[in-house]
Amino acid sequence: MLDAKKAPVKGAFLIFSSTTNLGPWTVALLLALLTLMPIAVVASAMLDPDQEIWAHLWQHVLPELLLNTLWLALGVGLGVTLLGTGLAWLTAACEFPGRKFFSWALLLPLALPAYVTAFVWIGLLDFTGSLPTWLRETWEIVWLPPIRSRGGVILVMVLALYPYVYLTARTAFQGQGRRLLEAAQSLGVSRRRAFFKIALPIARPGIIAGLSLALMETLADFGTVSVFNYNTFTTAIYKAWFSMFSLPAASQLATILVFFVLALVMLEQLSRNRRNYATSARGGGGAQRIQLTGSHALLATLAAGLIFLLAFVVPMLQLLVWTREIIATDLDLRYIDFAWHSLLLASIGAALVVSLALALGYTQRLNPTPAMQFTARLANIGYALPGAVLAVGFYIPVAGLDNLLIDTWRDYSGEEIGQVLGGTLAVMLLAYCARFLAVGFGPVETGLARITRSMDEAAQVLGKTGLNRLLRVHLPMLRAPLLAAAALAFVDIMKELPITLMTRPFGWDTLATRVFEMTSEGEWERAALPAVAICLVGLLPIYLLVKHSDART
Amino acid sequence: MLALDHVALAYGAKTVLTDISFVISPGQIGCLLGPSGCGKTTALRLIAGFEKLSAGEIRIGSEIVSYPGRILAPELRRVGLVFQDYALFPHLDVEKNIAFGLTGLPAPDRRLRVAEMLELVGLSHEAEAYPHQLSGGQQQRVALARALAPRPRLLLLDEPFSNLDVELREKLSLEVRDILKHEAITALLVTHDQHEAFAMADIIGVMNKGVIQQWDTPYNLYHQPANRFVADFIGQGVLLPGEVLNSHQVEIELGVLEGSVDGDCSEEGGCTQCDLGCKVDVLIRPDDIIHDDDSLLMAEVERKAFRGADFLYTLKLPGGRHVLAQVDSHHNHAIGEKIGIRLGIDHVVAFRK
Repeated sequence: MLDAKKAPVKGAFLIFSSTTNLGPWTVALLLALLTLMPIAVVASAMLDPDQEIWAHLWQHVLPELLLNTLWLALGVGLGVTLLGTGLAWLTAACEFPGRKFFSWALLLPLALPAYVTAFVWIGLLDFTGSLPTWLRETWEIVWLPPIRSRGGVILVMVLALYPYVYLTARTAFQGQGRRLLEAAQSLGVSRRRAFFKIALPIARPGIIAGLSLALMETLADFGTVSVFNYNTFTTAIYKAWFSMFSLPAASQLATILVFFVLALVMLEQLSRNRRNYATSARGGGGAQRIQLTGSHALLATLAAGLIFLLAFVVPMLQLLVWTREIIATDLDLRYIDFAWHSLLLASIGAALVVSLALALGYTQRLNPTPAMQFTARLANIGYALPGAVLAVGFYIPVAGLDNLLIDTWRDYSGEEIGQVLGGTLAVMLLAYCARFLAVGFGPVETGLARITRSMDEAAQVLGKTGLNRLLRVHLPMLRAPLLAAAALAFVDIMKELPITLMTRPFGWDTLATRVFEMTSEGEWERAALPAVAICLVGLLPIYLLVKHSDART
Repeated sequence: MLALDHVALAYGAKTVLTDISFVISPGQIGCLLGPSGCGKTTALRLIAGFEKLSAGEIRIGSEIVSYPGRILAPELRRVGLVFQDYALFPHLDVEKNIAFGLTGLPAPDRRLRVAEMLELVGLSHEAEAYPHQLSGGQQQRVALARALAPRPRLLLLDEPFSNLDVELREKLSLEVRDILKHEAITALLVTHDQHEAFAMADIIGVMNKGVIQQWDTPYNLYHQPANRFVADFIGQGVLLPGEVLNSHQVEIELGVLEGSVDGDCSEEGGCTQCDLGCKVDVLIRPDDIIHDDDSLLMAEVERKAFRGADFLYTLKLPGGRHVLAQVDSHHNHAIGEKIGIRLGIDHVVAFRK
C-alpha cells in the first residue's frame, strides 16, 4: 500500500466528500408543497367546519351535487371506455377503408376544450338553434330530445373526452404485437374470442389509465357544466365564492371534491403498477390486421366517421360559420387585450412549468432513490386537482398573507394599502404550475431517461464534463422533449378556465374567460370568435402528438 | 501499462472486490472473465475512475490514478471506454460521435483523425449516418472508433460483444483484436463468455465472488486450472474420485494416471507432498478420453451431441459414473451401445477433497 502523502500523483484529483447534498431535496420538497399546500388549505376548512354553512350545504346543495357528480362520472366513464376502446381496437387491429386517416383524425377532438364542444352543440340543438328551427319549419317536427339535460352533458363530455381512452388503449393494443394473438389462435381460440380473452385483459391497465384521466377531467370540468347549468362541485365552489362570498363554504365543497379525486388517483396508480405486465408481454412486431370486408368494413368506416364528424368536424365548422357571421361587428380592440393576456399567461406559465419540470427531472436523476421518486410523484399529483380547488387553495393563504401585510403596514405607518399579492398574476401562475407540472414533467422525464448513464460516462471519459456535457449532450438531446413540454403546457393554460376565472386580476380578461362570459349570456356566435382562436392553437400539440406517436401507422 | 496492486472495494459491510492484483504489459490485451455478479464490471469501472477503491492502488503507465480517498477524474485518465450498450450519442452522426473526444486539435487534424478511425473500422461510407441507422455490429465499431480516436493510454471494453448474435460476435472479436494489435493498444476486456475471452485476450483473469481465481494464459487456464471453480468454469469436463499413489501417479476408476500433478494438489502442503494415498478429485476433459475399439475398457453411450467436427458423447462407466468424450465425427455410435475407451492424459489435474 502506498502512503497517500508520498504518492507521486499528477493531474487533478477528485476528493470525495461524504456530506449529503441537501439541494435536490429542497427542490423536490418545495415542488411537492406546491400540490400539498392547496390540499392542506382546503382540508383545514374541514377541521373547523362552520356548522351553519355545513348545515345549509348538507340540506340544500350537497344531495344534488353528489347525485349530479355520480351520474356524470358514471355516464362519462362508461361512454368514453366503450367509445375509446372500440375505436382503438378498430384502428389498431383491424383494416377498413379510411383506417389510416381515422387513426390520427380521431385524436383531433383533443384540440377542442369540452366547454367549446358544449356550447356549439347547445347552440345547434337548443330550441332556438338552427337545426331544430329548420326541422320545425321544413318538416314540422316539434319534439327533439332536450340537449340541456343530464344525457346532453354526458354525451357532449364523452365526445370531448373519449380521445384519452382512445390514445392509451390504442398504444396498449399496438404494444401487444401479434405473437400473443397467434399463440391464442394456435391453441384453438378464434380471433373474436382472442380479443376478449387476450387483447382486452392485457390492454386493461392502459384503458384504465385513460379512463382515470378522462374522469379527472370530468371532475375538474367547470366550463362545460356551467354552459349546461348542470350543478357540480366546481360550479358550486364558484357560486359559493363569487355569489355567496363565502370562502369557507367554497373550501368545504373543495374538500369533498378532493376525496373523489384521490379515489381516482389511487385507481390510476394501481393501473400504473399493473402496466408492467402489459409491456413485458409484447413481441412479434405490429399485428397483422384483421381485414374487415363488406358490411363490416362499411360499418367500421361509418362508425369512425360519425364520431369524427360529431366530435370535431361539426363543432369546428359551426364555430367557423358563427365567427364569419360576427367577425366584422365583434372583432375590435378589446381582442388585442384578450389575445395578449392569453399569450402572456400561457408563455410565462409554460416557461415556469418547463423550468420546474426540468429542475425536478434533474433532481430525480441525481438522486434516484425511492423516497425521491415518491416526492416527485407527489409533486406531479396536481394534474388531478380540479382548477377550482387549486384556485381556492392558493387564494386563501395569499389573501391571508395580504391581510397580514396590510395590518402590519397600518400599524407601522397608519396608512391603508390595498392588496399586495392577491390582485396580481402570482396566484394564477402558482396554481397553473401546480396543475400543469405533470404535463411538462412527462416529456422531460422521458427525455432525460433517453440519456443513459453510459452516455454520461462516455462523454466524461472523452473529456466532456459539467457545463460542457450539458451543452453538447444533454441540451441537444432534450430539445425536442422540452419543446413538447412547453407546447403542451402552453395550450393547456390557454384553454384553462376555472383558475383563470377565479384568480385573475379584476377586469383582466383572456380568450377563455371571454368564451365563458359570452356563453353564460347565451351569445354563442360571439363566443365562437375567441373559441376558434383557442382551438387553432390547440391543434399544435395534437400535431406534435401525432408526429411523434405511431398513430399514423 | 495497467497495474492493479492489492485493490479492494467494499460498500459498507458489503465486499465487492478482494485483493485484486494484476499487470497488463504495454500492447497486451487482458481480460476479466467470470459469471455475472462476480465483480468484473465493477473492477473495470474502478479502472475507468467511476468508482472509488477502499484499498490498494491502480497505475496506468507510470501514473498512480487511484488510491483510497482519491481518484483521478475519469476525463483526465486518457482511458478509452467501449460500453456494453455502446452509448453512442443519438443526436450526432457517426463522424461527430468519433470526433466528440477530439478537442484541442486543430480542425484539419481532427478531420484527419476521424477519417483515419473510419478507415480503421471500415465505416468510411457511413460517416454521415446516425446511430439508429446502423446495424449492431456497425454501432459497435463506431463505439470502438470513438474510444480510440483520442489515442487513449488504455482501452477498456465492457462486454463489448454481448449485444450481437453469435456469428457476428466471433467475427467481430477477431476483427477488434486485429485492430488493437495493429494500433498496439493496451486493453482490458470484461466478459462472461470464455469463447470471446479466448478469441480476444492474451491473458485472462478468471473472477468469482470478487476474487481473481487465476491470472493466466488461455492455454494454462484450460490445461492447468488452479482450483475447482476455474476447472468447472473453463471448458467442459467431469471430476472423478482418485487416490494419490506418489508425486507423479494418481489412481482412478479408469486406471493409474501418470504425469506431473496440477491443480491445488500441486500447491505447497498439497497431497503430492505425501505419498500417503490421500483422496482427490481428478479433472477429466472430453479430449482426455480417447475412443479406441481395441481397448478392453468399455463404456455405454448415454447421450450424444453432434457438433459437426466431432461428437460429444456422455459415457457411463461400469462403476456408474459419467465422463464426457470428444470423438471424431465419423464415429457415429448409437445410444446404449458400448464402446472402447482409453485415457490420454500427460498431466494430471487433481483437487483435494
